[in-house]
Amino acid sequence: MTPAMLRLELVDISKQYPGVRANDGVCLRVEPGRIHAVLGENGAGKSTLMKIVYGVTQPDSGEIRWEGRPVRIAGPEHARALGIAMVFQHFSLFETLTVAENVWLGLDRERSLATVRERIARVAADYGLDLDPERPVHALSVGERQRVEILRALLTRPSLLILDEPTSVLTPQAVDKLFVTLRALAASGCSILYISHKLDEIRTLCDGCTVLRAGRVAGELDPRAATNAELSRLMIGAEPPALARRAQPVGDVALKLAGFSAPSADPHGTPLRDVDLTVRAGEIVGIAGVSGNGQRELFAALSGETLAGASGSITLLGQDITRASPRRRRALGLRLVPEDRLGRATVTTLSLAHNTLLTRTEVVRRTGLFDRPRLHALTQKLLVHFQVKARGSRATAKSLSGGNLQKFIMGREIDAAPRVLVVAQPTWGVDVGASVQIRSELLRLRDAGSALVVISEELDELFEICDCLVVMAAGRVSPRVPIAEAEARKLGEWMSGLWPDAPRDGAASPGAPHAPA
Amino acid sequence: MLRLEPRVEPSRTMAYLSPLLALVLTVLMGAALFLALGKDPVRGLDMFLVEPLASWRALGELSIKATPLILVALGLSVAFRSNVWNIGAEGQFILGSVFATRVALMATPSSTPSLFVLALLAGVAGGMLWGGIVAWLRDRFSANEILVSLMLVYVAEALLSYLVSGPWKDPHGYNFPQTATFLDAARVPPLVAGSRANVGLPLALVLAGLGWVFVNRTYAGYKLEVGGLAPLAARYAGFSSRSALWTAFLVSGGLAGLAGALEVTGPDGQLTTHVPLGYGFAAIIVAFVGRLSPLGVIFSAVLMSMFYIGGEMSQSRLGLPKSLTGVFQGLLLFALLTCDTLIGYRLRFSRERSLGASRLPSALAARTAAASREG
Repeated sequence: MTPAMLRLELVDISKQYPGVRANDGVCLRVEPGRIHAVLGENGAGKSTLMKIVYGVTQPDSGEIRWEGRPVRIAGPEHARALGIAMVFQHFSLFETLTVAENVWLGLDRERSLATVRERIARVAADYGLDLDPERPVHALSVGERQRVEILRALLTRPSLLILDEPTSVLTPQAVDKLFVTLRALAASGCSILYISHKLDEIRTLCDGCTVLRAGRVAGELDPRAATNAELSRLMIGAEPPALARRAQPVGDVALKLAGFSAPSADPHGTPLRDVDLTVRAGEIVGIAGVSGNGQRELFAALSGETLAGASGSITLLGQDITRASPRRRRALGLRLVPEDRLGRATVTTLSLAHNTLLTRTEVVRRTGLFDRPRLHALTQKLLVHFQVKARGSRATAKSLSGGNLQKFIMGREIDAAPRVLVVAQPTWGVDVGASVQIRSELLRLRDAGSALVVISEELDELFEICDCLVVMAAGRVSPRVPIAEAEARKLGEWMSGLWPDAPRDGAASPGAPHAPA
Repeated sequence: MLRLEPRVEPSRTMAYLSPLLALVLTVLMGAALFLALGKDPVRGLDMFLVEPLASWRALGELSIKATPLILVALGLSVAFRSNVWNIGAEGQFILGSVFATRVALMATPSSTPSLFVLALLAGVAGGMLWGGIVAWLRDRFSANEILVSLMLVYVAEALLSYLVSGPWKDPHGYNFPQTATFLDAARVPPLVAGSRANVGLPLALVLAGLGWVFVNRTYAGYKLEVGGLAPLAARYAGFSSRSALWTAFLVSGGLAGLAGALEVTGPDGQLTTHVPLGYGFAAIIVAFVGRLSPLGVIFSAVLMSMFYIGGEMSQSRLGLPKSLTGVFQGLLLFALLTCDTLIGYRLRFSRERSLGASRLPSALAARTAAASREG
């Protein structure tokens, strides 16, 4: 191929940020109609590189060639004018607006909202992205919000589509469907830059792959001809450590929901219906399912943040906690890690030490003052013990990368030795190295005799760490399946609410529109 | 070419330097303003920046203006930090002065000389009551606290005017709308005999110090701040937003009430319709210029008071309108907001010429190409 035929070519791109060289002489070539992967750990420079392509930041040196001609991409608007669309890992949606209005904002003004709504419905159907254009974004789960972003990008009919970790919130069936879509898109001539850390996906989907490590290109290869081990060696410089799992006898019932029903705090949410769930000490129970099927409500019920209108019971270590406050539950040994790291599990503008104080009240003295030296020492200990890369306990939460922040949050809760730990999306958007570390911490906590509930949309992850699985669909919870008997295909069907002897009554209720096809 | 580059972390140095830089800019713009008005800029600035500090008498005057501003802004900064918008400190200030007056009017020549302490406490209670009404309406009926607190200012003004022209009117006051002058026992003692400055100033400074400890070192202050910065994180942690609401209104209302009580039992010595001077509203600016920090509001309150006095002097001596005070306060706020950009961004001087000119045609060409592709 001659360079003139390339859709996009990056030559020797470098970008220096204060304190870190994010990109160092990176070269990248994307041919028309090809799906090209950019693989790398968090902090390897993938996001910076994509921001440069999308015009969000400017490189310090190097050249961007678009369809053979050197360009300087002035900003996202310019990038879109060139035909580049991007789906960011962090969403930029207005919470108070509906799906259609959000999509409308990114489009030319001359289109009417009604035509946008129509196009959304059509494109959504074409690509299997199940969405109601009239729902406000604040009522959507993380997974649903991502679908809005993908949809928004597709509506601009791009000739290069950049996707940043797009599959982390999809069911296996939906991933397959997305891949069909992406292949069709590629076949129609659109190039795709696919950013991911999921080796299997890259090997199935992509026909080229550039591996980044610490801002440099570590290798360029055809992923279809490579093994996972080769890819991960290039990416992290070593093979990922295998998780040590061993069987162990389970203990007493630690957490039990019996006939638990609760309305959703959000008018578009999914109410919990007659949930039965038992978790014993020394086991990890995974909750699989597509987001928006009651996972948020289940988490809220367990955390005690919303108590209104609940029926049934929640028992923690033999004590009824159905009406207990979040602090009471924490005092009894129940700790939780929510899926929203920024703004919920942490306060972004406060220091890590002050974020430690959010759930670790042992440093508060009787006088009501808190013990600052102890707080900083505790934070420092968490940073060291859980290998969090940060500038110290005074660094703000938002200065950390996603993976490091999640390690910090998990560390904060795990270090408190909880009897029961509930984690939502433990490794969402987290790189391989940090994911492995987080999962092994979860296993260690289980081996120490704690009971764990992991709510995740990544089946691979659940298979890797759980002892048994349940599936959530339309606010109900399926029977338990021991991990040895679990099977991705079957679970995928269950995600549509089709498990044996599932109640048929509510299957068509309006609260349950999110079953994947 | 000059451009702004985001910093990795907000600069601590600039956070402290920015108010100073803003002051320098205010001085420069003020000088230009005096020149434009045909007045001697040195003499004009002297009135705003030097004379208010030049003598004991001037400092006493300054303290009388700064004390209520410190107290009210202190309470407001606690409320604003927890994302509770109390705009009605003026009303709480008035209720404080009304409650204090009720106690002060009970004084007899044989009263204990510390009766003023009771009057001050009554003032705190009055402010808390007025703030508490807002908190209750918000808590019980989800009423908008900005509107309710603001509207209660007008209710408070009507109440004040009813009291001083009705039941509490001084029978020997030639029918002016004012109460009798308080007896000495009901008045706050001067700091030094003969000075206008009174013990309100050290009280305000001590409370500001306690406020700093509350905000920066106590768990309760931390909970309020988390509630303000990230309501979802506060819910996750189990901090009650109701208690944050009540704390914010009771603290800010109580402190505004104390300021009102000090005003009537201090320099005024009686309740009149002229007691509310707008400190409750000015304190909103003071709180923000002081970066919602209990120690910061001391400096910003002093600065704002200097502008009050400077405005009065330039009116009597230079024949300039009194609204110059507002102009200076506005310039300061404006300059501060501008300089605050430097906390999050750094200035970079780069030699690289703007590529705007050469870039535009290609962008246009690309857009046309995109349009034709779409069509």
